[in-house]
Amino acid sequence: MTAPDLRQDQRMDQIMAVLLRSGVLLAASLVFIGGVVYLSRHDLPAMNYRVFQGEPPELRTVDGILREAAKFHGRGLIQLGLLLLIATPVARVLFSVFAFIYERDWTYVGITMIVLTLLCYSLFGGGGL
Amino acid sequence: MNTLEFTLLVGMGSLLAGLLGSLTGLGGGVVIVPMLTLLFHVDIRYAIGAALVSVIATSSGAAAAYVKEGYSNVRVGMFLEIATTVGALVGAAVALHLHVSVIAIIFGLALIYSAVASLREKSERKTDVAPDRIATWLRMDSNYPTPNGMTQYHVRGVPLGFALMFGAGVLSGLLGIGSGAVKVLAMDQAMKLPFKVSTTTSNFMIGVTAAASAGIYLSRGYIDPGMAMPVMLGVLGGSLIGARVLAGATVRSLRLVFAVVIGFLAMEMIYNGFAGRM
Repeated sequence: MTAPDLRQDQRMDQIMAVLLRSGVLLAASLVFIGGVVYLSRHDLPAMNYRVFQGEPPELRTVDGILREAAKFHGRGLIQLGLLLLIATPVARVLFSVFAFIYERDWTYVGITMIVLTLLCYSLFGGGGL
Repeated sequence: MNTLEFTLLVGMGSLLAGLLGSLTGLGGGVVIVPMLTLLFHVDIRYAIGAALVSVIATSSGAAAAYVKEGYSNVRVGMFLEIATTVGALVGAAVALHLHVSVIAIIFGLALIYSAVASLREKSERKTDVAPDRIATWLRMDSNYPTPNGMTQYHVRGVPLGFALMFGAGVLSGLLGIGSGAVKVLAMDQAMKLPFKVSTTTSNFMIGVTAAASAGIYLSRGYIDPGMAMPVMLGVLGGSLIGARVLAGATVRSLRLVFAVVIGFLAMEMIYNGFAGRM
């Protein structure tokens, strides 16, 4: 088997770097905006984090978070930003699948697909664990 | 204390944690959980949820820089991510059923290990190890930039590295940390990768590992937006400032101070765990 085409690899790396950076930046901005909304409407004593209660269902699932964020609720917007942040590495892995297909490196297409499946399982079906 | 004061205090603490974490190379996530549980008396489950999110933020931010410079080995990272994500899923599932005291004790032990590992001398060894059958088949051998130009290296010990990575994943899912220390151990010691490649590839992998467990923590209601918001923004900001200040060299005395602080935090977590005060 030949060595990987290094120039090709480098171009793939550059796109990946942009992808990661924009994902984090976008997520942080959303969390910040959500934080401002959240704080402007919370003139109450701090929440009690000493006792674990768990989040309500609408802040646990992907569609619940999307609905809360659409209502412009602070906590929903922050949670959407966090969801986006969690999705950033997932997007990176998805991008790698296509990059390896483009390079016709089928071994790594398979390896990357396994990682992607595991991540999707965690994000969409992990509550059942 | 009202919500605004709490948010600002946690945010400032996280900023400091992120700054120290990036200056010492230990990562901000490691101090977040002890800070939140010991100082702010937050339940460890909320603390782990918030730490995980901040780990994804800093690792993705830093990985972007390193990937661009051509240090990290994307093939090695992707292959080992099978082990770390499976491990992270196992760790997160186990964490849901463990008593918080047990988690606190394991956390303390992991902290001590990270502190000790951070103090080890990091010297670049000779890279002339012989090629290995599995690594060659997986096309892992690559090159990286050194002062003498691009230098070739071979990868070895893939099965042992894979097994260690599974362990790193379990710890990450269980404790909400990046487990960078164990990841570097796997690549640097077991797989004989150049040190610079090990650390940057580890950083590159941490985000994916943390995302695997974060999905489970989110769907189980462990990630609270009011808690995670100041932590994530603080750690990210602190690590960005740290990366500016640092620009290459690490101050050894600072690393020593930080390791001692972490050692104390670890002891207190273990003590609280045994005393049932978590």
